[in-house]
Amino acid sequence: MNASDIIERRACVSGIGQSEIGRRLDADPLTLTLDGCLAAIEDAGLRVGDIDGLSTYPGAFGPSGFSGAGAVDVHDALRLELGWHDSGIETSGQLGSVIKACLAVGAGLARHVLCFRSVWEGSAQGSKGRAGIMPGGDGKKGVRASGFTEWTLPFSAPSAAVWIAMFAQRHFHEYGTTREQLAQIALNARKNAALNPNAIYSEPMSMDDYLSARLISTPFCLFDCDVPCDGATAFVISHVDAARDLRQPPVRVEAVGTALRGRPSWDQFDDLSTMANRDAGAHLWTRTDLKPSDVDCAQLYDGFSFITLSWLEALQLVPTGESGPFVEGGHRIARDGELPVNTHGGQLSAGRLHGYGFLHEAVVQLRGQGGARQIAKANPQVAIAAAGGGNTCGCMLLTRD
Amino acid sequence: MAEGEVPFRILPALSERSGFFWRSGRDGVLRFLRCTDCGAWLHPPLPLCPVDHSKNLAPTPVSGRATVHTFSINHQPWMPGPELPYTVAIVDIEEDPSVRLTTNIVGCSPDDVYIGMPVRVVFEHHEADDGEVWLPMFEPDPDRAGDGERGQ
Repeated sequence: MNASDIIERRACVSGIGQSEIGRRLDADPLTLTLDGCLAAIEDAGLRVGDIDGLSTYPGAFGPSGFSGAGAVDVHDALRLELGWHDSGIETSGQLGSVIKACLAVGAGLARHVLCFRSVWEGSAQGSKGRAGIMPGGDGKKGVRASGFTEWTLPFSAPSAAVWIAMFAQRHFHEYGTTREQLAQIALNARKNAALNPNAIYSEPMSMDDYLSARLISTPFCLFDCDVPCDGATAFVISHVDAARDLRQPPVRVEAVGTALRGRPSWDQFDDLSTMANRDAGAHLWTRTDLKPSDVDCAQLYDGFSFITLSWLEALQLVPTGESGPFVEGGHRIARDGELPVNTHGGQLSAGRLHGYGFLHEAVVQLRGQGGARQIAKANPQVAIAAAGGGNTCGCMLLTRD
Repeated sequence: MAEGEVPFRILPALSERSGFFWRSGRDGVLRFLRCTDCGAWLHPPLPLCPVDHSKNLAPTPVSGRATVHTFSINHQPWMPGPELPYTVAIVDIEEDPSVRLTTNIVGCSPDDVYIGMPVRVVFEHHEADDGEVWLPMFEPDPDRAGDGERGQ
């Protein structure tokens, strides 16, 4: 492949922004969305009128809190004039929406694309917890399972917690991975969250706390599951030529991984010890001369703790089957370890901002703006942001300009 | 829940394509679509064979024997349903291990379930306003007890 064909390299992250983030803010989700978007535009040193592209995941999505706004809501509220716009859920994970923006910039359809992901699951669930938004959670007759849930809901398996738990169990079976190893993802996240003023949970967590937490779906306990929250994250993806004189040092997009070669299914995928990230992760390394050993920090999706272990292997940061031993004790993935992971606290402790939080943190670290949670290694040059699990995964390799 | 009472379930929407699958348990037999040209099994149901694109597909009986590929013991009350904890599993069908079902393991303690466990189909019958449904559950297979025994 010619380097000039890798058009994501013409794109960079020029601005990042977040709204207020909280467990339950009871705020208008569109307000949070716009707060995040304006913060990203401001961070880039741009004006709203400079934005000529718009991308979001998953688009408008009903009352579950899964999406705070659709593309048209932001398009109209900011009176944007767009050369390119897109939204949708059937893409390479949550960051698929950002990857598409990079391609649109590379193809010349837009110069500055605003990307956003907005959630209000904390408020939407209210006091009922997950059952408050679960189809059939109220036990009313008449709800029917259709689409891909036709094959899981009738067996009282309505949540990705159960589906991903079965991937984890298969990994445990094949490689001897343990709950104590899995725990390190949660403990590491909590340690980092204590240094992130925007994190939801920052009180210390011990191995005993983890192992005595109530079980959700084995091998997962409560602390293996991310925390629903309210908040929005946004980025400006700019053409590198248009970003040189902006406010922040641009963070370049070196390569993206979008592949999905196995069946796009939670239970029919060919190897349930891994998931769609196997294909996306391998794909990324076909589009760059950089190597996994060049990565200075990795921000890896943790909707459930096991997904982070899975991404470590999918991205070839550790050999297949060895993610458990790699994280054992937690020192290798700590901020001063050989591969700092989820330095903001991940979704497990910083809140389920759903994919976009990992790219936000990768940019923060490459800019050296992490403050108390900045990784120990000086001048990090290469970071990975990876998002999604199950049958929907995508990843981005980022470098300092 | 009283003995023999079926738990609350969210029943599948019975579509033209998948209705045969959910009604298959009427005679106690599990069926999957099979291509009558190339012999491939497919699931979930499709309008054509994903291997040779033939539209000559027929619901075809299988033995009902399967193996636990992976599982999770669910403790979370997502919705009214079976007594907690219950076992959700993905099983490989004997006729073609690449054909899998997400299901529940019933008829044993969740603690007795293991990867590699031989199981056989048992149907849970439900009556809905628009027809009957037989959900394929799996229970330990006494004819193959001890096969694929879990390691020490």
